[in-house]
Amino acid sequence: MKVAVIQFPGSNCDRDTVHVLKNALGLDADLVWHNEFNSGPYDAVILPGGFSFGDHLRGGIIAAHSPATETVVEIANEGRPVLGICNGFQTLIEAGLLPGALLRNTCLKFVCKWMNLQVENNNTAFTCSLKKGSKLRIPIAHNEGRFYAEEEILDRLESGERVAMRYVDDNPTGTSRGITGIVNEKGNVLGMMPHPERASDLSLGGTDGLKIFESMVEWARC
Amino acid sequence: MVNQVFSIEIVISNKPQARDPEGETILRDLFHKGGVTSVKEVRTGKLLAVKVEAANEEEARNKVVSMCNDLRIYNPVAHSLNVRVRA
Repeated sequence: MKVAVIQFPGSNCDRDTVHVLKNALGLDADLVWHNEFNSGPYDAVILPGGFSFGDHLRGGIIAAHSPATETVVEIANEGRPVLGICNGFQTLIEAGLLPGALLRNTCLKFVCKWMNLQVENNNTAFTCSLKKGSKLRIPIAHNEGRFYAEEEILDRLESGERVAMRYVDDNPTGTSRGITGIVNEKGNVLGMMPHPERASDLSLGGTDGLKIFESMVEWARC
Repeated sequence: MVNQVFSIEIVISNKPQARDPEGETILRDLFHKGGVTSVKEVRTGKLLAVKVEAANEEEARNKVVSMCNDLRIYNPVAHSLNVRVRA
């Protein structure tokens, strides 16, 4: 399986993600500069965390207008797995691949913390090797990660099994209904605020994040 | 017709139903703690001041509104957009 990790100016979790894909999972992974991205050879794409284009105007909006993201939209529409982590999640929303908005945390602080998550939908490209209801411990690190949508949209997301994961025990960012990961209708595009690449090595405190990437491999096999 | 340059302000703020924690903090910790209890609500936003070339004021405003929609300058799920021409 060949995976592209797109690097925008201001991305800062790109190398960590490539490290996990290559060295923890043994996958063929490329770090691809956004202006040089060509969808052809890749089975899956990851938009990493960071502050693409300085987060100017709001997180993810400028990256969403880049030619690389146009290609990501094509890949998503073809059904190939696309994962947006943190700033990548913001970009997927601004590109129209996922609904809602990611607003400033209600606590007005950048929250960097290990969180307990519950998998709400395991019929996605990034949770299919997990059981529904299983718990993951993965850290978050963001200032603008309060998932928001009007109640009617939230109800629709819940009934359509579009909520992939939510916080349990604690909700320090004030995100609607504890939602911290959502998926598109087909299940191949997932955006999540937690950083699975930071929970993929025991020396960093945990390996639950590996299950997100392992699911991608399993999904591609089916 | 000769085009003119118009100064336009684009204000992006959270919709009333989306909490604005910065506005809440300014109200509580600055206005109310400072004794200004007559202020009942504060909403914050982002202001873009742009200069636009157009034939008239209406065209200038319409151009800016179209641009905001086409380029997703605001996220319609969570934000309100206010476009006003400056005198």
